[in-house]
Amino acid sequence: MTLAVPTSLDDAVRLLDEHPDAMLLAGGTDAMVEINDGHRRPASLVIALNRVSDLRSWRHDADAGTVTIGAGITYTELMEPPLATLLPALAEASRTVGSPQIRNAGTLGGNLGTCSPAGDGLPVLSALDAKVRIVSADGERDASIHDVMLGVKRTSLEPNELIAEITLPVRSGWQGYAKVGVRNAMVIAVASACLAVDETNQSVAIALGSVGPTVIRCTEAEQHLASAVDWDTGVVDHDAIGRVGELVSAASSPITDHRSTAEYRRHAVGVLARRLARRAFTINGVAA
Amino acid sequence: MTVIEEPRTTIRSGTIGDSPVRPDGVAKVQGTYAFSSDLHADGCLFGATLRSPHPHARIVAIDLSAAWKLNGVEAVITAEDVPGQLTYGLIAQDQPVFAVDVVRYVGEPIAAVAAIDPETARRALDAIEVTYEVLTPLLDPEAAIAGGHDPIHPDGNLIRHQHIVHGDPSATGAVVVEGTYEIGMQDQAFLGLEAAIAYPDPGADGVELHVATQWLHEDQKQIAACLGFADEKVRMVLGGVGGAFGAREDISLQVHTCLLALRLARPVRMAYSRAESFLGHVHRHPATIWMRHHADADGRLVNVEARFVFDGGAYASTSSAVLVNGITMAQGPYACPNGMVDGYAARTNHLPCGAMRGFGAVQACFAYESQMDKLAAACGVEPAEIRLRNAMKTGDTLFTGQPVLNVAPVEDCIRETMALPLPDEPVGGTPLSDGSQDAMKLPGGAGRTADAGDIVRGIGWGVSIKNLMYSENFDDYSTARCRLADGVATLKFATAEVGQGFITIAAQIARSILGVDEVELDQIDTHIGSAGSTSASRQTWMSGGAVDAACRAARERLFEAVGTAHGIEPIRLMIEGTDVIDTAGDLRIPVVEASSGLTIDETIEYHHPPTEDLDENGQGNCHTAFAFVAHRAVVDVDPELGLVKVVQIATAQDVGNALNPLSVVGQIEGGIAQGLGLAVMEEIIQIDGVIRNGNFTDYLLPTFLDMPPVLATLIEQPDPHAPLGAKGVGEPPCISSTPAVVAAIRDALRQAGIDAPLDRVPVRPADICL
Repeated sequence: MTLAVPTSLDDAVRLLDEHPDAMLLAGGTDAMVEINDGHRRPASLVIALNRVSDLRSWRHDADAGTVTIGAGITYTELMEPPLATLLPALAEASRTVGSPQIRNAGTLGGNLGTCSPAGDGLPVLSALDAKVRIVSADGERDASIHDVMLGVKRTSLEPNELIAEITLPVRSGWQGYAKVGVRNAMVIAVASACLAVDETNQSVAIALGSVGPTVIRCTEAEQHLASAVDWDTGVVDHDAIGRVGELVSAASSPITDHRSTAEYRRHAVGVLARRLARRAFTINGVAA
Repeated sequence: MTVIEEPRTTIRSGTIGDSPVRPDGVAKVQGTYAFSSDLHADGCLFGATLRSPHPHARIVAIDLSAAWKLNGVEAVITAEDVPGQLTYGLIAQDQPVFAVDVVRYVGEPIAAVAAIDPETARRALDAIEVTYEVLTPLLDPEAAIAGGHDPIHPDGNLIRHQHIVHGDPSATGAVVVEGTYEIGMQDQAFLGLEAAIAYPDPGADGVELHVATQWLHEDQKQIAACLGFADEKVRMVLGGVGGAFGAREDISLQVHTCLLALRLARPVRMAYSRAESFLGHVHRHPATIWMRHHADADGRLVNVEARFVFDGGAYASTSSAVLVNGITMAQGPYACPNGMVDGYAARTNHLPCGAMRGFGAVQACFAYESQMDKLAAACGVEPAEIRLRNAMKTGDTLFTGQPVLNVAPVEDCIRETMALPLPDEPVGGTPLSDGSQDAMKLPGGAGRTADAGDIVRGIGWGVSIKNLMYSENFDDYSTARCRLADGVATLKFATAEVGQGFITIAAQIARSILGVDEVELDQIDTHIGSAGSTSASRQTWMSGGAVDAACRAARERLFEAVGTAHGIEPIRLMIEGTDVIDTAGDLRIPVVEASSGLTIDETIEYHHPPTEDLDENGQGNCHTAFAFVAHRAVVDVDPELGLVKVVQIATAQDVGNALNPLSVVGQIEGGIAQGLGLAVMEEIIQIDGVIRNGNFTDYLLPTFLDMPPVLATLIEQPDPHAPLGAKGVGEPPCISSTPAVVAAIRDALRQAGIDAPLDRVPVRPADICL
């Protein structure tokens, strides 16, 4: 096994092009667990990405209203201002990841590259319709997050491609993330949800994690909620919130495994959606 | 954490009652302590174990040829290479060193290899070809008991059945409550994984094994039998032990490591991964317990009927003893004139079960404490009150007919726990300065699943009894040696220090008895007699008793020497501080001076009084001693999502005499964390006999954020039967903390208008909200 430590994106891409079977190593918080558990053997070449400075930066384009995050940005960096102020749901999702040590190592690009149904950053990327810049020796391309995530640990990336950066809109409106696990921290998601309000377009996005092979967007629930909101006051009826919960549960497609049951996951994700909506808006009908 | 205790102002530093820094503490905190997994020898080879993927299968053929051909593979061994006894076991020798003809659980060892590095060893395992004929596994303990299934082992499918009848088992009361309770399989989850290194003697006619274990001499006996050696040809040295909790009582990699080293005449090291550890040691028995309590209208117990079924898994391990602990504790820490209990330990194709902290008493306690809450509700009295009305006292009799002769301060435990303050913070804690709430203080924690308005708070109780030391006519003695010379005491014992702190209190005992400041601890190995197991909450009592007795014997020799030198009857002499003084005169000599030039060397075996076997009606004085504890849990519950956060545990524990109060508190906090884990998250999931969560991603242990503040009161009523008045403190904290947490969840749900039975632990979110 050889370890390559490129310092530029060009070098990393060239190495990957020459060795499409190489294992990409970012924070290592997924890869090393798989290796330790014997589920994966290191390929003949491991390309470590943590010295690639191009992947380790982010920028805020105020005119475009976007933030572009290098794939090597860690959860710890996402949790702190100014990124946390620009992208509060992503900060909340990052806070739910592992322990401080894991958050110091794990990266947003790695989260997407692994593409676990339980990846905590992914519902946020989906809810915000992230744009993913993918590079290879052939050049670069931009893809919608919805076209990148295909299934359980399956992306649309070609073997010679890697994730360079992820662009997200800076939205006006509340956004947040909630995650159910059977422990109060350091736990894999049993069910999770991101809700993001776009006041400018008077729309709402809801994306679910751990309740399907990959992240699920709840179009019907989103439209129901957006149409139920009085956008001048931010008030929504209690009954409408209840309906949103039902629609979210119906949109989910969970399985039963050793972590939980499909029935509980379907229930929980509906509760999470209702509670996130309650945080986002003023509820009319009962005390919030 | 807050500890409420009497100030100890008059204690000489480092003696009994003080809490000196533990000798292994700094190294452990700094990460320099050598655990067993850090052991290494130049030129050593690395062992690895091939394990069964099937819960039950016939081995048709094993082809080792491809493994032998790999470069760097030095040995490949199977059952055919075991020169001595082919099986081992703590009570019945029914577990194969390597499977012969049949495998009985997923993870059963079939072969072992030694190679020049761990990766080569792993590849050698992959190269071994085993042909199986898969058999239908026996997974239902009731089917094992019923007897309809073919034996999955020559010893049969029932490991033990024991019946207990006491008083008039047909007695009935005005109030009757009934329930069936289930306890899941818990893992000991020690952090220091199994590891050992074996050094063969020149000529390979003996071996020295360094290993993390709980009982060096029992290992020695079992290993020697399998190797075909006399016991003394297997020399055991304790490796650094990172926790045990019962999981190191049984043999795991000991015999395999020795076999490989002897075969190759080279040192061999074996070390399990976390995944292998889940397969390589025994677990807490899953159990199903039915109970029917009869009481008078005031809630005073009249009769308890119970039926226990423990799933022992594939091999006997200590199942028969776990069973007896469970069924003999069926009444709990309560007086009750009549009882009838039936208990079964069944053999199945699940992972083998054996010792874990609490050892049968944990399972019983979840059932009887759940019943006591039902009884309280049926009688319309508070949970604490029903327990006070029935609290056992010294002299009360167990269903076995055995009187409880120890200090039995059950009422004091309950009252002192009641006296501890409830949390003063509201649900979710005091709001932050910006009015927001710290999500970490709500159920769901970092996941931010709830707001304070979603949460209800409940309070629950648990009280328990635990037997200390071994039972049923077992002489689990301890041996200790004390040498005294020039003011330095040197202690030698084979007591496994597994993290509990025995080496700390051993030195404290020597300082108190001998008036020395300097105490040296010799290597912990088999060059002295047995110390028994570090289990059953027994080492403070047993090895503490042996060290105490050895030091007292050494002190007698010292007094004789001083008496001779000064013409004083030795009986007039005593130790005061660090001096020998004449109680009837003016003589005062520092111990350092008095012991100068002397060589005193005393070895003592300490035995507890003998106990009896149970007869066919379960009668007999089978236990050695008892300890008690009360727990009160305050828990916040999210009824809609089924998530919980334990807010506070208050406890008062019967400790006899706290030799080292800080160590006692450490045991209390750690035990409560383990009890909390069983209550709400810790369970090994097996589906069709296959473990599904053998890793720390999915086998969840409580973290710092799940563990609440603990308020602890130590009930110090020295027990006259205990050598230093001190009871074992290790197990009680984890026994009744589990039902207390579950009772608090039920209490919270009742306030939310939900009547959830929660008759199974761990409580899963769906058990609460669906």
